[in-house]
Amino acid sequence: MQTFDIFSFHGGIHPPENKAQSLQLPLGRPSLPNELILPLGQHIGQSSRPMVKAGDRVLKGQALAMNNGFLSSFLHAPTSGTISAIEERLIAHPSGLSDLCVILQPDGLEEWQALEPLVDWQTQNRTDVLAYLSEMGIVGMGGAGFPTQVKLQGANKSPLTHFIINAAECEPYITADDMLIREKTLELILGIEVLQHLVNASQVVIGIEDNKPTAIKLLNDLLAERNSTIKVAVVPTKYPSGGEKQLIQLLTGKEVPSGQHPADIGILCQNVGTCVAVHDAIYLGKPLISRFTTLTGDALNAPQNVEVLLGTPVSHLLEYAESQDNKLHRLVMGGPMMGFTLDSTQVPVVKTSNCILAATKEELPPPAPEQACIRCGMCEQACPVSLLPQQLLWFSKSQEHEKAEHHNLFDCIECGACSYVCPSSIPLVQYYRHSKSTIREARESAVKADLAKQRFEARKARQEAEAAEKEAKRLARQKPAPAKDANKVAPKAAASAAPATNDEAKKLKVDLAIAKTKLKKLEKQLLSAQENEHVEEINSLQLQVTDQANQVKDLEAQMAKFAEAAPVAKPTPAKQDSAGDELKKAKVDLALVGVKLKKAQKQLDETPDDADLKQKVADLEAQQKAAQAKLDQATSAAPAQTTPKAAANTNSDELKKAKVDLALAGVKLKKAQKQLAEAPDDADLKQKVADLEAQQKAAQAKLDQAQTIDTAPTKPANDGTTANNDELKKLKIDAAIAKAAVKKVEKALKKAEELQAPELDTLRQQFKDAQQRATELENALANPNAQQATATPKSAENNVGTADEDKKRKVDLAIAKAGIKKAEKNIALLKEQGKSEEEIQASEWPQKLIEAQQKLALLETATAAEDTSSKETSTATQAQPAAPTKADDDKKRKIDLAIAKAGIKKAEKNLVLLKEQGKSEEEIQASEWPQKLLEAQQKLAQLESNEAPQPANAEPSNAERANDEAPQASLAEQIKQQKIAVALAKAQANKLAKKLGVEPDNAEQVQLEIAQLKDKQAQAEHLLEQLMKQQESQ
Amino acid sequence: MTTVLLAIGILVLLALVFGGILGYANVRFHVEGDPIVDQIDALLPQTQCGQCGHPGCRPYAEAISNGEAINHCPPGGQATIQALADLLDVEAIPLDGDHGTESAKRVAVIREDECIGCTKCIQACPVDAILGAAKQMHTVISDECTGCDLCVEPCPVDCIDMVEVGVNTKTWSWDKPQGVASTSLNIIATDRQTEAAH
Repeated sequence: MQTFDIFSFHGGIHPPENKAQSLQLPLGRPSLPNELILPLGQHIGQSSRPMVKAGDRVLKGQALAMNNGFLSSFLHAPTSGTISAIEERLIAHPSGLSDLCVILQPDGLEEWQALEPLVDWQTQNRTDVLAYLSEMGIVGMGGAGFPTQVKLQGANKSPLTHFIINAAECEPYITADDMLIREKTLELILGIEVLQHLVNASQVVIGIEDNKPTAIKLLNDLLAERNSTIKVAVVPTKYPSGGEKQLIQLLTGKEVPSGQHPADIGILCQNVGTCVAVHDAIYLGKPLISRFTTLTGDALNAPQNVEVLLGTPVSHLLEYAESQDNKLHRLVMGGPMMGFTLDSTQVPVVKTSNCILAATKEELPPPAPEQACIRCGMCEQACPVSLLPQQLLWFSKSQEHEKAEHHNLFDCIECGACSYVCPSSIPLVQYYRHSKSTIREARESAVKADLAKQRFEARKARQEAEAAEKEAKRLARQKPAPAKDANKVAPKAAASAAPATNDEAKKLKVDLAIAKTKLKKLEKQLLSAQENEHVEEINSLQLQVTDQANQVKDLEAQMAKFAEAAPVAKPTPAKQDSAGDELKKAKVDLALVGVKLKKAQKQLDETPDDADLKQKVADLEAQQKAAQAKLDQATSAAPAQTTPKAAANTNSDELKKAKVDLALAGVKLKKAQKQLAEAPDDADLKQKVADLEAQQKAAQAKLDQAQTIDTAPTKPANDGTTANNDELKKLKIDAAIAKAAVKKVEKALKKAEELQAPELDTLRQQFKDAQQRATELENALANPNAQQATATPKSAENNVGTADEDKKRKVDLAIAKAGIKKAEKNIALLKEQGKSEEEIQASEWPQKLIEAQQKLALLETATAAEDTSSKETSTATQAQPAAPTKADDDKKRKIDLAIAKAGIKKAEKNLVLLKEQGKSEEEIQASEWPQKLLEAQQKLAQLESNEAPQPANAEPSNAERANDEAPQASLAEQIKQQKIAVALAKAQANKLAKKLGVEPDNAEQVQLEIAQLKDKQAQAEHLLEQLMKQQESQ
Repeated sequence: MTTVLLAIGILVLLALVFGGILGYANVRFHVEGDPIVDQIDALLPQTQCGQCGHPGCRPYAEAISNGEAINHCPPGGQATIQALADLLDVEAIPLDGDHGTESAKRVAVIREDECIGCTKCIQACPVDAILGAAKQMHTVISDECTGCDLCVEPCPVDCIDMVEVGVNTKTWSWDKPQGVASTSLNIIATDRQTEAAH
């Protein structure tokens, strides 16, 4: 037998052992009690779940309750009998409280259920063996009652260095383990072998105190006989060497770190009782139904160890051990150090009851009254865990639980050594226990409070979400209601829940797309039929197109409704029957004119000299243009008429008028040009032509502007991209056509030049027109924004669209201004280079400058007009409060005004300077300054005229509701101003016309200027008209 | 003079350096939200009972941080008041009786055969601890119940009782020992004799 190195642990005490009393008698076996009380919670962890009910007959070893979760165990019937009740009974607990117990009435038959030992435990899966042990209800029998299978599982985390069998039994009076070793040595060794097989530790050590020589001898003999590798380590008697962590320290010298388990340092500890129970379970198939318990104390006449069935009431055992009731002062379950006083003798023996101490008054006197701590430090000397008991006492007394925790209160094993040595009789352990339970309670309540908080917050979030959903639903219900009245085709789902709406919307989109494709196809067919002049087909196709268009419209309307219904702010394209009809008509017209035009052009190609034909072609082109314009207008008007109906109506009216004007101007111009060509020297005619050109340009500008207005407040919607693409295509086609036309005209021009034909000028004019159109279209193509603006059929938030337009226009303006500056610079450069005025004039720069200026003017006009009309829109609808942009516009306009005024001043100064320099009037006239002055004046006039309606138009949106007279007054004022502006423009135009008469060399420039002026005049007139209308309507 | 200027200069420099460090720390270690409210909230019992006059514990925590008295929480009782006093460094004052009295922990229990399934208590429960549906019997999940009383009042048939949570072997805790002055300290034999003679 090898000796085993024994280490030591701090502290410890040597109380009187008092073990001899209970070893006088051999192991006793008490008779069956009248009833067995089996608490469901005999172990640490969850109470077991009963599997039987009152009245059931159970056999010995039959499971009564099963484990209830991971940290739980089985419970078995210790004998055969009947379940009389499952009820609350007093249990062995320091609190003296009751708990749920299974009450078994033994029938005395001791009828075992069929035992199924686990014979093949060596070949069985480890997990299966553990499960088997769990089903046998085996728990740690040293005192805590930790379910053994859980402990074994935990021990598997890391390879074990030591498997320690705790046979120390350090507490005074208790001899149950000593007796167990003596009685069941072989069973113990076999049990240890089973456990060793399960945990596979490198060393197996039985730790036993040197006060059990008989047991040590028996063990050594048997181990030597069996040639076992199990070692017996005899440790000196010292309390509390039987504590798990203390024994580990004794045998291995390792200390289990604070807050960790022995398994964490590769050590497993099992009580001898547990090992025997494991043996019984594995080899005999017997569950844990009985245990060895010491009955001792001076109050017993026959103190002894007994193998007692679990659930036996203490009173029965006391009776068995011949208790003297008069001597019995204090009944303790467990030892005198760590046990607890029992208030009742009716409590049952449980799996962890190792001793029942029936002490007399002399044996266990009542604790002396607590006195003040004298800080002797003896408790610190005694503490086996090296804590500071005195410090912990202060913290516990002053309820400073946090500090106590910091001093490792939870490492206290409650061994009672400190209390034992305390000269002031302070019940230190009770203080620690109190602190521990208070801290535990606080932790639990914190966990519960956290849970409550979580649940409360979750509920709050849920309620908010519900409220939001309700609100959304309410809004959704509110919106589609009027739309439903308007359109009977509207599906009922429109008003229903949002997800359904989404689905419906998707379907509608698909339907819409299909319908649109069909419509396009039909239109194409119609076009081809028209080209081929199949009259019957045209009619039927037209009908079909109309139907299809209607369908598309319906679908669009539905879409719009859905967009409204959906909580997301989607564009709301509302249909207007007239717009759709117009659209169709315009398309048909366009197609017809196109056909005619082609024919005429063909004829013209065949006979290029035919003036009549040319005229016809020109007319047709004009018509086509008009039709195209109308179509454009209709397409843009259709969506524009969606939300702000009033505004859209006026807009479309304007648009129409503008187009008509344009067409008329075009026709007149052509006529005049013809006349001019016939009589090239006629100044009047020239004048007329110029006028007409100006008119045409003005009309064009107006039209452009109107179109921008119409389309500006639109935004690409769901199918905006498709529409955009369509528009893009169309534009490209148009551009190509225009280019072709340009080429054609060019050819014709050349031919005419060759032939010196009289219609040379006309052709030139045509060439110019064609070129202009081509560039226009190219511009349109190049500028996707513009396209979007003209193309997008779906109206959306006006503000955004307007803002986009504004931006674009600003950019254009900036570019134009930059162009002007560049041109001016270049001119200045040329001047510096000493070039003569004429050379400069001859160079391209003045021309460029003028062009840029014109563009600028145009853009500014457009901006102004746009602003005005947008203002009108907002006035009409009172829906879109575009106040900030208005304010911005105002500012901008003022700044422009200031700049224009400054420009005038500068020009005037320069003029004066020139005069002072003695230049002749002609020179002055020839210089750029008079022109600049004029331009600046024009600009100023225009700006002023724009500004005047501005505030007046902006204000009504606020004021209209409250006051009707104020806007009227302001309107009158505006009208006056506009009239003035018109007059001014006319006067300036006249002036220029006169100039034209004086300087025929500069004719082109002047004419352009005149055109510009006319443009402005038209603009002013247009505004005036609008204002008049407004006044009328008010 | 130079020394004075030098000293001033050094001090200014130091001030700038430390100011910079503090400024950086203020940005770098900026704490979102009001930490004191969280701390107060952590001390409150989270019963969400509203006895303090606020809709839940957190609003009361916010109110406390804004200067409201700390003694308006009956479920927390004196212990909570003490904890709040320690946290806020104010004097612990007795519980304000206007807001209720401190009572043992209770949970709501529905007498299930009397329940008519009106769902009113479900709507009242701040922690969703009541289970049930319209015209179905309701029951309280006792583990989740905070004992806030809010479900008792709306019950149209008064079938909800607030039952005190008893102590069982799992929740039982050791008593605090009586302490030094609990018993007569006449441990000297002669003292005892004189006392007996009286």
